[in-house]
Amino acid sequence: MDELSRILGSVVANATPLVIASIGETITERVGVINLSLDGSITLAAMLSFVVAYSTGSAAAGLLAGMLAGMLIALLIVVASIELRQDQVAVGFVLTMLAADLAQFLGQNYTRRPGPTFPTVPVPLLAEVPFLGNFLFNHNILIYFSFLLLFATWYVMYRTRWGLALRAVGERPATAFARGTNVNRTRYLYAALGGALVGLAGASYSLAIKAGWANPPVMRGDGWIALAIVIFGGWHPVRVAFGAYLFAGLRILASTIQQTTDFPLVLVNAVPWVLMILTLLMVSSGAVDWLMRFTPRRLRWVVRLLALFGVRGQEETAASRTPGRLRRVLRNFLRSDPPGALGSTFSRE
Amino acid sequence: MSVEVRNIHKRFGPVHANNAISLHFEDGRIYGILGENGAGKSTLMKILSGFYLADSGQILVDGRAVSVASPEGAIRAGIGMLQQDPLDVGPFTVLENFIYGQPGAVRPDWDGARAQFVDLAGRLGFTISPNTLIEDLSIAQRQQLEIIRLLAFGVRLLILDEPTTGISAEQKTILFEALKRLAREDGLTVLFVSHKLEDVLELCDEVAVLRLGRLVGQAHLPVTTNALVAMMFGQELAPASRSDVVLGDSMLEVRELSLTSERVTIQGCNLSVRAGEVIGLAGLDGSGQELLTRAIVGLRRPAAGQVCVGGQDLTGKHYREYLAARVCFGAAGRLEEGLVSGLTLTEHFALVDPEQGAWIDWERARRIASEQIAHYNIYGRPESPIETLSGGNQQRVLMALMAAAPRLLVLEHPTRGLDVESSRWIWEQILARRAEGTAVVFTSADLDEIVTYSDRILVFYAGQISEVPDARRTTVDELGHLIGGQRLTKESVA
Amino acid sequence: MTRESIPARRLIGIGVAVGSIAVALLLTALLIVAVNASPRDVFDKIWEGVGLAGGRLDMPRFSGVINFWIPLMLVCTGLLVTFTAGLWNIGVEGQMVMGAIFATWVAQEVSLPSVLLVPLEMAAAALGGALWGLLAGVLKTRGGVHEIFGGVALNNLANIFGIYLISGPWGNQGGQATPPFREEALLLPASSEFRVSLVALVMVGVAFVVVVMALRGTHWGLELKALGKSARSALLLGVPTQRNALLAMAICGLLAGIAGSIRVLFTYGNLRPLVSGGIGFLGVLVVLLTGTRALWAPIVAFFFAAIMVGSTRLNIALQLDQSLAGVVQGILVLVFILANGISARLRARRQAPAAEAASIPPKEAAHG
Repeated sequence: MDELSRILGSVVANATPLVIASIGETITERVGVINLSLDGSITLAAMLSFVVAYSTGSAAAGLLAGMLAGMLIALLIVVASIELRQDQVAVGFVLTMLAADLAQFLGQNYTRRPGPTFPTVPVPLLAEVPFLGNFLFNHNILIYFSFLLLFATWYVMYRTRWGLALRAVGERPATAFARGTNVNRTRYLYAALGGALVGLAGASYSLAIKAGWANPPVMRGDGWIALAIVIFGGWHPVRVAFGAYLFAGLRILASTIQQTTDFPLVLVNAVPWVLMILTLLMVSSGAVDWLMRFTPRRLRWVVRLLALFGVRGQEETAASRTPGRLRRVLRNFLRSDPPGALGSTFSRE
Repeated sequence: MSVEVRNIHKRFGPVHANNAISLHFEDGRIYGILGENGAGKSTLMKILSGFYLADSGQILVDGRAVSVASPEGAIRAGIGMLQQDPLDVGPFTVLENFIYGQPGAVRPDWDGARAQFVDLAGRLGFTISPNTLIEDLSIAQRQQLEIIRLLAFGVRLLILDEPTTGISAEQKTILFEALKRLAREDGLTVLFVSHKLEDVLELCDEVAVLRLGRLVGQAHLPVTTNALVAMMFGQELAPASRSDVVLGDSMLEVRELSLTSERVTIQGCNLSVRAGEVIGLAGLDGSGQELLTRAIVGLRRPAAGQVCVGGQDLTGKHYREYLAARVCFGAAGRLEEGLVSGLTLTEHFALVDPEQGAWIDWERARRIASEQIAHYNIYGRPESPIETLSGGNQQRVLMALMAAAPRLLVLEHPTRGLDVESSRWIWEQILARRAEGTAVVFTSADLDEIVTYSDRILVFYAGQISEVPDARRTTVDELGHLIGGQRLTKESVA
Repeated sequence: MTRESIPARRLIGIGVAVGSIAVALLLTALLIVAVNASPRDVFDKIWEGVGLAGGRLDMPRFSGVINFWIPLMLVCTGLLVTFTAGLWNIGVEGQMVMGAIFATWVAQEVSLPSVLLVPLEMAAAALGGALWGLLAGVLKTRGGVHEIFGGVALNNLANIFGIYLISGPWGNQGGQATPPFREEALLLPASSEFRVSLVALVMVGVAFVVVVMALRGTHWGLELKALGKSARSALLLGVPTQRNALLAMAICGLLAGIAGSIRVLFTYGNLRPLVSGGIGFLGVLVVLLTGTRALWAPIVAFFFAAIMVGSTRLNIALQLDQSLAGVVQGILVLVFILANGISARLRARRQAPAAEAASIPPKEAAHG
């Protein structure tokens, strides 16, 4: 029991950067902007956070530097898209490459040194609770922040006027404009916020979860995984976070198996990428129906269960039969269509 | 509240969309704003409601000049507009959509808003549940929601842009009742923008007619239809003559066809179309017409049943095999489905020319493009990118790209968004092909178009199909009732 | 529409390019100062690394640039096909690695005289790359997985597979690389001075010319263009869209696979981890920079190859990380994209009043 609690605790810790980054990207994409640069942004933010923290002796200063870097990169994409009408994906891809190289170049004199980190801060009383203590309440402050972030994002998005404006801008900008929302300003605002969170995710590697800076960087590739998790999570913050935890859990499971059997380590490294392809296949339209067709009737409930997170087609009609409030909640939670105006620009006439 | 526009001018590039328009609206009255497509009525209304900025001119509310720089500003001045495609957000619930845009604290008063919504809806005789998702509503319900929403803002001048397009006869009655009550009881001013004379005659107190950007006439109702027509068109239009064509062999055979989408299901549809026949598909948007048009050109795989073209069973075959069987398809969205934005006219013609080999003969492609441009009266050059052409010209290009002498021609909304002249021209082309033995199937939201050109009419209602008994003698009114689901017997179509 | 003359527009294009290069160099210089090095030294060393220092051509070093350029150019050629078809084939990196793995397999398992063995290795590499590209294509067309994500995952899987082979079944040397290939399995340099494989050089030339001509002159090229601009409309106009998308991915993979084989058969002489050396991603940057102006690709690719090869000197001479090359290239492409946007915006602003005076009959323009 205690062992399980500790393992779950480490899943939560390891998932934290993914949770923060993918929620940041969810916010960004929900206003209609694709920040493809995550893999580079996270790396650059991790490096800058470490270097600033190392030079100033303050982990908090490092954190701010990382967030600033993430924010600036996101803003660059929005400026290129809104003001200069350039393709978000193209600019994002270039920034992915550039930021990663920049991190390696600027961080070359700071590799493999000990630096300031965020210490573990057990929550008084709660940390003593059996099972839940080690699972949820014996972590560093960034991990607690990720819990708060998850709840706050969901609350703002679905329960406040800000959230209505945020979702409307990404879904149908013409409507948002007609209702008095400044579409471009909203995009700047939330893309910057999302970018800052991506930067925070980078900082949470180098200042807490995988402390320090190394070459090649340990977090390379995770940005792409965070991007895939956003799709997997259907652009809903709670599902997205669930995806991040699931991913981190499976990763830890794979490496545990590797330690106890003679399963080759290199193949364990393949797990995240195989998972990425499989999950994206799952959420894409048609995949569920296709699987159903080739599954024996008795086993179809398994597919349905798996499909809970990628519902389209058949499941959708099942959901539409459920009446009233439950149906609305289900539909809103289970929809996996991208925001209607994702990647496009808005002009008044 | 009285509203006045004074000497409004608006240009879009070379087009003078509003030319010195002055109008005055009193409270408690319903005004019809009439005019053909492109007459400038939508532009004027968008200026009044803050979506466009006028190049010059004034808007006065109760005699005082106001600045209407955005839709939000217009609403503050008491002017609200219901767009033809209501501006809402698909994944929102009705209640979320109702609240969004209203001023108030960051955390809205959900219960208060719900009560206000239910109250307003009840007063107007509208039935919408606040928990429904917008994307599950019909157009009519979305319009109702917009009206409720604008009224909650305290709007005193309500503009409706072509609200009767795509709604049923019952829904139209409900809408008109509500509008009359708002004008008589609450003293609202209503501007009703339409190109449908009968609707204007039924609802309005006064009418203003626009033609080619100018105000050409005003009248107190009732007046005769002919007087309005004369104002709208400058002269009376002769109806297109319908010539009789000798029907030939069966070109399309649909047997026991079943189709399903997330919204509608069609079951056991039977249809036979012979060479030279024109079949009109009528119905509200999303009643299943599109399922059928897409199924008979191979873009949608049927759940069951058979599709044969010219005696050849093409069920479940790819779209390209339908093309090879000389089935031509013109989709509703021209630049999304049919024309490639970024390609020139020459490139389009080279792409579909069956005589072109592996290496493109650009000389030949340019020559064909020039010929077709001349033949189809297209305003554009061979090297013009297709997206620089106007909608009417794009539709002409689409017709020109279709294979000569098709067996079956399937068109969705062939004249949507076109002016009268272009529409007539497009139909001349369609009828010319029909005379050469092409079977034609088309959909339209314009009942006049359906009644005028169809030899047989199929009416779609929530996936059920019934045939109008005597298509050549049916009227727009009768069709309107059928479309709304009245007198529907579930008869299979012969 | 536009009333600018063609020379004027060309002049603006050149201005944008030159301005971008200047800005990119300036930014890079600032970054170099940021790590306490002298931009002057760095540019000197890069110049030296390319083999152009001191006013005479250092042939062996210059050959290094050509040897980097050859696989890069093959990749760019392939990417021209996928870009025309509107596909973001980021998986090109993995397609190179698969090509290298397939070539290595033949080199290790088959004994034949060199004349037969080398073509067989390259054919195998082409097959491996094409299959890997096709896999990304099928994931997209059949599975709905966007090619960017499918590509990234397949890149990593290919690299992991390569590392697995090196550390396990094919390895010695402590898992660092496979044993060196036999002499007859290798591509040979033209001379001891000009250390470039002529076979590879000829292949690049042929591939580039064939692809550019096919894209410009054939019906298939036009189909790809239509597909790239609007897949839905292309389908409705009768273009076999899925087949063409898959074909484009396979062709790009094929060329990338050959590029990968050149890395193992010539550059290294064995299979190493991360054998692609980032050439695939670099190719994407080149094609982003040139767009559809295919004839610029060889020049830009050469420029990038020179920066890449030149910067390897930095590590030895100045203890600077060679990632500087990537930084320069990234900044250049970014600045260029932004500069294009700025110039288009300025031009639009200047032409807005002119457009009103354009002589289109109002009747026609009112259609729709």
